[in-house]
Amino acid sequence: MAILVDENTKILVQGITGSFGGRHAQLSLDYGTQLVAGVTPGKGGQFFADKVPIFDTVAEAVAATGATVSAIFVPPPFAADAILEAVDAGVDLAVTITEGIPVMDMMRVRAGMLGKKTRLIGPNCPGLVTPGLGKDSHGGCRIGIAPGYIHKRGKVGVVSRSGTLTYEAVWQLTNLGLGQSTCVGIGGDPINGTSHLDILKMFNEDPETEAIIMIGEIGGSAEEEAAAWAKEFCTKPMAAFIAGSSAPPGRRMGHAGAIVSGGKGTAAAKIEALRDAGIEVAGNPSDMGQALVRAMG
Amino acid sequence: MNIHEYQAKELFEKFGVATPRGKVADNAAEARAAAVEIGSNIVVKAQVHAGGRGKGTFKNGFKGGVHLVQTPDEAAEIATQMIGQVLVTHQTGEEGKLVSKVMIADAVDIEKEYYLAILMDRESRSPVIVASTEGGVNIEEVAEHTPEKIFHQVIHPLLGLQPYEIRNICAKLGFSGDIAKQFGKLLQGLFKLFMDCDCSMVEVNPLVTTPDGRVLALDAKFDFDDNALYRHPDIAALHDPTEEDPREVEAAKYQLNYIGLDGNIACLVNGAGLAMATMDIIKHCGGEPANFLDVGGGATQEQVRNAFKIILGDPKVKAILVNIFGGIMDCDVIAKGIVAACQEVDLNIPLVVRLEGNNVAAGKETLANSTVDLISADTLADAAAKAVKAIAV
Repeated sequence: MAILVDENTKILVQGITGSFGGRHAQLSLDYGTQLVAGVTPGKGGQFFADKVPIFDTVAEAVAATGATVSAIFVPPPFAADAILEAVDAGVDLAVTITEGIPVMDMMRVRAGMLGKKTRLIGPNCPGLVTPGLGKDSHGGCRIGIAPGYIHKRGKVGVVSRSGTLTYEAVWQLTNLGLGQSTCVGIGGDPINGTSHLDILKMFNEDPETEAIIMIGEIGGSAEEEAAAWAKEFCTKPMAAFIAGSSAPPGRRMGHAGAIVSGGKGTAAAKIEALRDAGIEVAGNPSDMGQALVRAMG
Repeated sequence: MNIHEYQAKELFEKFGVATPRGKVADNAAEARAAAVEIGSNIVVKAQVHAGGRGKGTFKNGFKGGVHLVQTPDEAAEIATQMIGQVLVTHQTGEEGKLVSKVMIADAVDIEKEYYLAILMDRESRSPVIVASTEGGVNIEEVAEHTPEKIFHQVIHPLLGLQPYEIRNICAKLGFSGDIAKQFGKLLQGLFKLFMDCDCSMVEVNPLVTTPDGRVLALDAKFDFDDNALYRHPDIAALHDPTEEDPREVEAAKYQLNYIGLDGNIACLVNGAGLAMATMDIIKHCGGEPANFLDVGGGATQEQVRNAFKIILGDPKVKAILVNIFGGIMDCDVIAKGIVAACQEVDLNIPLVVRLEGNNVAAGKETLANSTVDLISADTLADAAAKAVKAIAV
């Protein structure tokens, strides 16, 4: 069953006529994902790749196609508005890939989403993939920018704040013969829509997921929260890796949220919280796949 | 992005945050003129981003980046000693910071010092006002030893600062009557500044009360959200690149995310998480990373070339580790970028390359067929071990 999305999920892409959005919309189509609509204001009535209808508004796209998920590739100055539009159109899931959205915008968006049915994933995230059963995991649901072919359908749930580091983890798993139920990138921004803990709870409930790997990084306390919950409630074997143990304090390491400030959010504190929860922590990033193997006993 | 104290003062004035009179000067004559306007009880402050100025020492031997003087002549004399000189404080590192401006301000008498800050809190996803009766000192020490003396007020992201919240803070700080009224006006101005200018932090330390019954913001530290600077050209213009590592300034020109560190193994990686993890594994293998460098998810050949130049501009670098997980990015494009860069920069230190992902076979072939002398690695662990070994011999 996987979490959040499966091979039947219908998705639309906001910002489909931009070069970034268009490129990844095409890759999702190639992967066999049910990409049913695009949205670009002022380009309604046109088609993407000669077959996917483009609409002026998300509401029109949802009404005409039944899409339940929006992938948002809109540039930062317009991204907050795009998310709110998706929320107002009532999609189940708004996956925001855009990097560089002002924090104030995300703060207002989150406050404005209270009480709405839409779940936000991201921003500044690689999106999510539920691998398919075809060759190189073809036929799955790919939302965002992750390379499809590194995946393999299986039983490991993957949740991460990073992009390429997630690919590294997924690739290690696939090479060990460990397929994935769903891989979710929650994004590297300080204010995001979905936390490690939210995804962890979903994996714990998902019958297809048998083990979980969580990849975090310095900054904030989301990993500690997830660990505290896992200690008490998680029934599945878990492995984790925290990036940034060598990062100097007070410097933002690329991701807007990856910063150790005031002695808080260090890798050491996170690793301790994870170990305390009985989670197998990878000693280095090359050990992520093996750590999960150890966790699964 | 940070700004100078005199720039902060200008922002305060614009938003109605009470602050002592002051002017910036970049030479002795200007300093004298500014001091004449103030009269007596004048403070001369070196303008650098680092803290600990008062206890700092200039490389010319002159002591202290903050001086109290009584006359315009003295102000001019102190300004002459500071301007054009390098100030070393506990925050600048031994290389220090060049002082090109001083601020001449009214040295107000202080009755009591307080702490006031507004920051963007990721846990509550809201602005939080932090206030304390313990001002003028390091707030992190207060937090550690007497956390009960720090008061937090979470502000609703959409409703903004409410009058009762100001009253709560006044009660905690012991402000009443006219002082409370003045403080309320100051805090409203500060909150508006925080929101309107997309700050991620504004810290007033100290906030002071004076014997003649005023509340003033005596010093300020700002941090702005870099992602929002596009809509604040006036604030972006306050950026002072001389305050930053020149390699970081250079890297920013090519949309490269670079942070200089102290080690000797340089790394070039795509993606911030993987870049951090690459530094971690270098350390895990017994080496020291020379930098954090994220060339981005879709790096071009040109970016890779410039990244190499920046890395090699650091004389401490003794080896380079390239770690690319080409998810969507074509490994062959990266390989061609590496070859072009090496030919151009005359590489004479070990280069370890680990390529994985999209079109990796072609990428490896490009590297193998080139004249570039490199060490190829298959996994992240293999690459780090080889890089550490390469400089051990």
